[in-house]
Amino acid sequence: MDITRLIITAVGGQGNLLSSKVLGEAALLSDIPVRMSEIHGMAQRGGVVESALLFGDVKSTIISDGEADVLVSFEPAEALRAMNKCKSETVVITNLAPLPPFTVTIGSGAYPDIDKLQDLISSKVSRLIAFDAVALSKEAGNIMAVNMVLLGALAQTGILPLTVENIKTAIKTRTKKTFVETNLKAFDLGYSEAEKQN
Amino acid sequence: MHKLLVDNPGQKSLLLGNEAIARGAIEAGVAFTSTYPGTPSSEISLNFFQVSQESDLYFEYSTNEKVALEVASAAANSGVRSMCVMKHVGVNVAADALMTLAYVGVKKGLVILTADDPYMFSSQNEQDNRYYGKLSGLPILEPSSVDEAKEMIIHAFDLSEKLQEPVIFRTTTRINHSTAIVEYGALKERITKGDFTKDPFNYVTVPAVSRRLHVKLLENYKKSEELTNTSEYNFINGTGPYGIICNGVSYGYVSDAVNDLCIKDKVKVLRIGFSHPMPKSVIRDFFNGCEKILVIEEGEAYMEEAIKAIAQENKITIPIAGKTEDLLSRLYEFDPALVRESMAKYFNIPYKAIDKPDLTDIPEIPQRPPNLCAGCSHRATFYALQKASEGMETIIPNDIGCYTLGFMPPLSVGDFLICMGSSTGTAGGFAQTTDKKVISVIGDSTFFHSGIPGLINGVFNNHNFTLVILDNETTAMTGHQPNPGVDMKGLNFEGYGQISIEKVVKGLGVQHVTIIKPYKIRKSVEAIREALDFKGVSVIISKEPCTLYEKSLKKKQRKPFYVSDKCKKHKDCINDLGCPAFFIEDSNIKIDPAMCTGCAVCAQICPENAIMPVKDN
Ligand code: SF4
Repeated sequence: MDITRLIITAVGGQGNLLSSKVLGEAALLSDIPVRMSEIHGMAQRGGVVESALLFGDVKSTIISDGEADVLVSFEPAEALRAMNKCKSETVVITNLAPLPPFTVTIGSGAYPDIDKLQDLISSKVSRLIAFDAVALSKEAGNIMAVNMVLLGALAQTGILPLTVENIKTAIKTRTKKTFVETNLKAFDLGYSEAEKQN
Repeated sequence: MHKLLVDNPGQKSLLLGNEAIARGAIEAGVAFTSTYPGTPSSEISLNFFQVSQESDLYFEYSTNEKVALEVASAAANSGVRSMCVMKHVGVNVAADALMTLAYVGVKKGLVILTADDPYMFSSQNEQDNRYYGKLSGLPILEPSSVDEAKEMIIHAFDLSEKLQEPVIFRTTTRINHSTAIVEYGALKERITKGDFTKDPFNYVTVPAVSRRLHVKLLENYKKSEELTNTSEYNFINGTGPYGIICNGVSYGYVSDAVNDLCIKDKVKVLRIGFSHPMPKSVIRDFFNGCEKILVIEEGEAYMEEAIKAIAQENKITIPIAGKTEDLLSRLYEFDPALVRESMAKYFNIPYKAIDKPDLTDIPEIPQRPPNLCAGCSHRATFYALQKASEGMETIIPNDIGCYTLGFMPPLSVGDFLICMGSSTGTAGGFAQTTDKKVISVIGDSTFFHSGIPGLINGVFNNHNFTLVILDNETTAMTGHQPNPGVDMKGLNFEGYGQISIEKVVKGLGVQHVTIIKPYKIRKSVEAIREALDFKGVSVIISKEPCTLYEKSLKKKQRKPFYVSDKCKKHKDCINDLGCPAFFIEDSNIKIDPAMCTGCAVCAQICPENAIMPVKDN
């Protein structure tokens, strides 16, 4: 079986661990071997939280530089920071709503220009899907559903060996009951946005 | 029902490594569990804690790792299967107990879990605890994956009972914090009560007894040498002239690399899972037919040293390499590509690295370091501390917890840190040898863990320093575990005591003790100033609950603040506090209402009084 390597990067508190959980559960439903890893601890205090997910016959639980097939970023500058994980065939999906780190506020760094950032990423990888996932999550009626919007876009690429149906079932069983409806809506909005950008 | 208590053999679940380990222990019928929380081991204990709420499993958050091991050693010698969980550096704290417990042994299974942290994702060092096996003479088991960890922990209990010795179970962060599909097995019955039979000539380690017990330990060691040589956890895959010996997560990287490099017919791999004692005869036989051998292990050259010694004893001269400058490092963690490349290099296998895009034109991306939460009480205390000591030359030994992050500007509270509790001990040394004002900071949990002896030392030896105890009523850093100062009743947990830090400090004879509410800046500054003026040991107890924990408990929330148009953009708020709720929009200073916890510290330091609570509506 082919191996698919996915990196999800986000800022602590953006809910990326839940998206990994959903994908892991979907893999379990699909009988696809899956291994994942994430960094806890210090990173949770507003730092970067990176998860690696590996689908298929593989024993490693982490992904080396230049070896991700897909990169999903919850924040545009973090997509740029994680570019070291990409190769020229990588597909990058990123939210475009920035969350400037505190170092920008105190003037010890400048936030990259969003247009330039997209040009840079597109010039280095095979496909970039970039949009304001926060706006779509609001449209879905749940501002916390950025993770689900991005999962929708990820599902549209068809890179993961998972069916849309299984991911949706996992959303139904793994996310809070009160949010299932808005989560599914957010997922669909992300899916069609990625379709539009194809 | 807790998901780890489900009695449904064959069920497949997606589990975090730490959950899988806890499940394995529960399947093994563990009945007594103890810990001091420490990343990356914390979720094992968290799950034991939760399971203990709805079953007869006993679990405790012990004061520190030494105590955790002591209670567990007594339980195991009373005939109850026990497990003691800690991070790697915790074993240093427990080492005094460990070394002689190895002499005494156990009656029922005792598994000591050490979670090592290569790369130091959340630790002060990356020591390789396999050497504790050598030092103590105890057996070590090391899994290579989440699913294996669950199975292996069950075996660890059996092994412990077979040898009547504790077994060290060593994981690394990438086992603890990886997730995989795990198949549930059957649950063994939990036997929660035992008995202790007096036998002082085997239990009371006076020299005459220990001289005999050491003989017993060495006999046990012989037995474990036999067991490691026949252990299913030391297995060989494949055949071929290239020999690889590996352990832990490296085994996964090696297996993947064998596929990626298409060298299945050329390599044989020995995976060591029972790593102390090393399986001498397995390794000796493994040498047969090998042209050269590469040892792939994170951390120190623990296996490599043993393997080279075994080769020497058997007059084997094939090349054996591992930790050399151009191959594998003693530093940090490995990754699949690094292992693949080292294998290709050492065995001369043609290999083309993946084309990585040129990233030289990517602009510098602003750093995103971890920061104290918005509204964290430590920020308030640290600000007051800096104000109170303005103009003084200070040395600030700090300690381990969220508040360690305060060493970063703008708060810059923290000058020296070596281990848990070191703030109180080192304070005396700095005070004695310099003329600077020494101010130590320590959290409540760390104070109980190992800060108290240093404070006693300061009082007894009449050192001159101020100790600031940051009492936020939880062990925040590792995920908000309780500590002996916590009001457990208030959290709806029955059956706990509560120790008052104030009474402890006063009881130790500290002459100047003040309690401050850190969100009240002016009063806090005054109180700290007085404490700094005091000659001798003075203590400030800064009391305010962890705001993140309060939020998670859904306690009453304060109103957020906003920056009104009175703001003249001095930016004192941003520059002096570094609170992440602040941001700048079109050169205006703003507060994110979703992050602001209403602590009002910024409002008190704004020279224009421009920061105000959001009005209703
Ligand atoms: S978790 Fe609590 S103690 Fe830690 S930084 Fe956040 S508010 Fe402060």
